[in-house]
Formats: sequence, C-alpha cells, structure tokens
Amino acid sequence: MIFRRRRRPAPLSCQELVELVTDYLEGALDEQTRARFEAHLADCDGCSEYIEQMRETIRLVGRLGKGDLPPQARAKFMTAFEDWKTEQG
Amino acid sequence: MMPSATDEEFDAALLEALRRGDEKAFAWVIDAWSPGMLRLARCYVPTDALAEDVVQEAWLGALRGFDGFEGRSRLRTWVLRIVANIAKSWGEREHRVTPFSSASFGEGPTVGAERFNPPGEPKAGAWRALPASWPALPEGELLSAEALAVVRQALADLPDAQRAVIALRDLDGYGSSEVCEALGLTEGNQRVLLHRARAAVRQRTESYFSDRQGRAHGEGQL
Repeated sequence: MIFRRRRRPAPLSCQELVELVTDYLEGALDEQTRARFEAHLADCDGCSEYIEQMRETIRLVGRLGKGDLPPQARAKFMTAFEDWKTEQG
Repeated sequence: MMPSATDEEFDAALLEALRRGDEKAFAWVIDAWSPGMLRLARCYVPTDALAEDVVQEAWLGALRGFDGFEGRSRLRTWVLRIVANIAKSWGEREHRVTPFSSASFGEGPTVGAERFNPPGEPKAGAWRALPASWPALPEGELLSAEALAVVRQALADLPDAQRAVIALRDLDGYGSSEVCEALGLTEGNQRVLLHRARAAVRQRTESYFSDRQGRAHGEGQL
C-alpha cells in the first residue's frame, strides 16, 4: 500500500495575501487559509509591512474624527423633537 | 460620553429616557449619532442640504418608533437603518443610481500587478520591491495634518458604497454586523467593500509618503 501523506496546501503568494488582509483582520478566513496566511506573514517582511500599513490606514481613518454637528443641523434635528412632542399632545 | 454599563443596559436606559420624552437624552443621541447619519445619508443623496433633511426625517421616524422598538438590534443600528431606508428612497426620487450597484464593488486587484513578480518568473507573485515603511505620525505635527488631509480626500474620492462602509466601520466605530443590518448587506459584500476602501486609502497614503520622500531627496541634491 502506498504511504499517503495529506498533501500540504500550496503556500500563499504575496499577491494573493494582500487580497485576504481584510478577511484576516475580520476573522473571516477558514482555519486552513488562516494558517497559510500566518505562515507566509511570519516569513515575509513585505507582507508584514503591508498589513501594518493597512492597520495604520484604519487608525488614520479613525483619527479623522466624527466632526462636530453644524449648529443649524443640530437645531433642525431638535425641531423633530418639538414636532414629536406636539404630536404626543 | 461612553456607556459605562454593558451595551444592553445602556440601550435600555437610553430607550426608557427617549420614550418618556427626556430632552437631554434626545440631545445626547443627536450629538453622538447624527454626524455618522449625515455621512451615510450623503452617500445616497446629492447634496448636504438633502442629507440634513433625510436625517431630520429619520429622527422624527425614530421618535415615533421608539415605543415599538423591540430590541432585536442595538438602538443606534436601528436608527441607522431608518436613515438608510429614507436616504435610499429619496436618492431614487432624485434619480440617483443606488450606491450599492455592482459597479461600486469595483474589480481587479487592490494592489497593482506591477508590484509583484509576473507569472512564470522565479518567485512569481512575490513583491518586486518591498513596500517602504511609513513615518511615525505623532499628534499635532505638520506631517500628521498633511497625511490626514490625504486620507480625508481619499475617503471623499471613494465610490459611495465603499465610503459608506469604511466611514461607519473605521470612523464611527459600528461593528460589521451593525453595518450589514443597517445597509442590508451580506457579511461577504460588506467585507469586499471594506477591503477595497481600505486598500484604496492605503494606496493614496503610500503615494503621498513616497512623493514626499522623492521631493525631500530632490531638494537635498540642490
């Protein structure tokens, strides 16, 4: 009988990995793909840098801040409250 | 203000206050949620003024609906969904194409094929040149302000659907399931939009840093 080993999955290329970064960060990769992803990352400075830049991008978007509500918009939305109060009688 | 209790307890207390017509509670939700609601509405309708009208309508709808809210989602998600529904129908009235058309998903790779070794060559698909690392961006420095302006513009230039998702997730801090529920997206489609958006913003930021470095070298040679 032939000795069978489970075939090891092909390693991910950098070009494949960059398209999986969000699935990885979102925890959406299946177990096998995640293992391939992490094995590649452990060994690849370029992809480590790339994923760090994606993380930095997320932080930078967060740093834009929600911004303040323009006063006239706020006043307008508060009138919705007055209108509703009136409806309630 | 951050909820100190669990999300559920926080929502329950907030809902109770809103139902009894507590003006302070309403002012709090207006300030906390409206900026994100306006950004979302603006992805569907063509002007800031219309986006304000959408959000005003949504708040009135929310006030009328608080009594019937059943707590199957977070309160803020439910309000966001009202915004999306109103904005969508107003957008259609303005004859705008839905932001979530298949075109908004884009196509092709998010990192240019020229950045990798071509098929058939040794190490096909590996980086031709490693991405250069980015400088640190401490608060309050000119470089940070410039980089943030680049990021803001990159966000503005995204297709509406991509901008809606990245802003809700990374700026306003909604979770993936909240965004899916409010916008009526599958988890998979939400991730595709988020991925394309983040990759596009990363690319613009990288280009800014490399141009800047190029300029610095040019000046050094003078």
